[in-house]
Amino acid sequence: MSRFLSLHVLRLLPQVAALAVILLMISFAFPDFFRLEIQNGRLYGSLVDILNRGAPVALLAIGMTVVIATKGIDLSVGAVMAICGAVAAACITSGHSLAVTLLVTLGAGVLCGLWNGVLVAVLDIQPIIATLVLMVAGRGIAQLITEGAILTFNDPGLIFIGSGSLFGLPMPVVIWLAFGIVVALLVRRTALGMLIEALGINRRASTLSGVSTGVLLIAAYMLSGLCAAVAGIIAAADIRGADANNAGLWLELDAILAVVIGGTSLLGGRFSIAASLIGAMIIQAINTGILLSGFPPEFNLIIKAAIIVLILVIQSPRARTVFAWLSRSRGAADGAGQDRADRAGTGQEAK
Amino acid sequence: MTIKAALAGATVLAVSFFSAAAAAEMTVGFSQIGSESGWRAAETTLTKQQAEERGIDLKFADAQQKQENQIKALRSFIAQGVDAILLAPVVATGWDEVLQEAKEAEIPVVLLDRTVDAADDLYLTAITSDLVHEGNVAGQWLADTVAGKPCNVVELQGTTGSSPAIDRKKGFEQALESHDNLKIIRSQTGDFTRTKGKEVMESFLKAEDGGKNICALYAHNDDMAVGAIQAIKEAGLKPGTDILVVSIDAVPDIFEAMAAGEANATVELTPNMAGPAFDALDAYRKDGTAPPKWIQTESKLYTQADDPMKVYEEKKGLGY
Repeated sequence: MSRFLSLHVLRLLPQVAALAVILLMISFAFPDFFRLEIQNGRLYGSLVDILNRGAPVALLAIGMTVVIATKGIDLSVGAVMAICGAVAAACITSGHSLAVTLLVTLGAGVLCGLWNGVLVAVLDIQPIIATLVLMVAGRGIAQLITEGAILTFNDPGLIFIGSGSLFGLPMPVVIWLAFGIVVALLVRRTALGMLIEALGINRRASTLSGVSTGVLLIAAYMLSGLCAAVAGIIAAADIRGADANNAGLWLELDAILAVVIGGTSLLGGRFSIAASLIGAMIIQAINTGILLSGFPPEFNLIIKAAIIVLILVIQSPRARTVFAWLSRSRGAADGAGQDRADRAGTGQEAK
Repeated sequence: MTIKAALAGATVLAVSFFSAAAAAEMTVGFSQIGSESGWRAAETTLTKQQAEERGIDLKFADAQQKQENQIKALRSFIAQGVDAILLAPVVATGWDEVLQEAKEAEIPVVLLDRTVDAADDLYLTAITSDLVHEGNVAGQWLADTVAGKPCNVVELQGTTGSSPAIDRKKGFEQALESHDNLKIIRSQTGDFTRTKGKEVMESFLKAEDGGKNICALYAHNDDMAVGAIQAIKEAGLKPGTDILVVSIDAVPDIFEAMAAGEANATVELTPNMAGPAFDALDAYRKDGTAPPKWIQTESKLYTQADDPMKVYEEKKGLGY
């Protein structure tokens, strides 16, 4: 058990370290960064903002991790967010109750996932192409629903999901934490996670050894659709309106980036939902840090890119070899432990 | 007498029939940026309405915020041989080549609501509001309102590099130049969207002592202001009182906020750009009168004193 735990900690170490360094850097530029206070019965501060604003990408990253573990990718999640936001706004403004609205919206997200899953699993279309279809068409569908305008609503229940608070935390934070824990337990406390990894490493071999890979693949994309639906509801509820053009725009790329920063390989196989969630927080910390720093907006994207390149270079297998070599030359005794950390970290060598 | 009247009537009918037929022959391609804001949707609605009223066959292309899509749309309009092209350019640069192609095909291009960095012989005319003037009106209002008291202003810019972001910033800064009491302390892009407006305002509030340091917000469009107003409320401050809110565009939702006392002023950017565009095109096609290179629309200031609820009701039906 303790070996299991230490392996887990080692697996998350690079991501946690990167996040810590970034938070520290921001606090140098902006000393009040770590200040937290209670306001209107909820925590208030920049750290809470990072957790709150990172909610959509964190939710998308949960589904994306599972899809990527199956050696797939889901480019449609941003567009599915827009569709689901539009569906939620249309439902609530036409007088349906909150429960019906949420059910219909989540259903719409799962349906989008089912479409992707069928294209990938049954028709055997490459995931990047299959999900590209909905990525392009999705925004059009969302615009059809909102008729091109921003569809605003005033239902207090729906607004609560975007800007209410529970246990002193903003609702979106509670939702993505809970969702992440449930999905992580579901895949790790059952054989599901193992089966997904097997499917991602070799689908044919998994099928031959009795795993119903088709069902599993479709389920992975449906989970991704569900995550996108929740993210879409949060994004719409946050601004009290469904903005078909901008809701979730480019977030599929941020979600993929979060998974990659989390160390899950795009080639499928081993995955870690916790690492992806930390990856999502790293991205949001960079965004929030740039906003707080007061740099002119022309620098936003360059700073973000530079930090991300740095993180990815440090995590790359080549850099790991160099680090391992350096630590080995320092002391042979440390070598074995470092070796194990490497293997746990990249996941690829372990296969 | 009756014969004369009948003849006259017939002539009028015939003339109107022919002119209608002549107008119907006009096919116009319209490359719209997208519908990133309510204003943009209203412009699209009004353009379609105007085209229908004048019997113009309008080919509409939505670019989804991408210049490459607009260039593709323009090329396809040229290939279809339309009589004129309306272009609402998403960014200012990179249009020379495709505009040259339109010129070679002898298709007049009218720019709507934004301009481009290209030689002015490449397009017929640009119909825009004076963006610098809009920023100026907003800045002037703020200077008059705070009347000499020291005031720290935060600014939500539009999409980096777009001409409204550059010019609305410039005009506002010009208005503030002669007032040492007004100072822009933070300026960031909110990409013209509610979500980003809210997120950036949240960070401004954190960075400036929970917002106590901020006296006014200037947003380059109303949607960002609407998002920012929510952020101000969630931070426990009163928008419109603790932090003055002035923005540009005059979309219906900002009038609702003004009626509730949460926004203070907005400068109107009229969504009816197509009307003057079609007028100019008609004159140009009839006898070749080249319109001036720039046709300016009015920038009207609305405040809480202008019965915001009434304006809201008027604007609601426009498709914002």
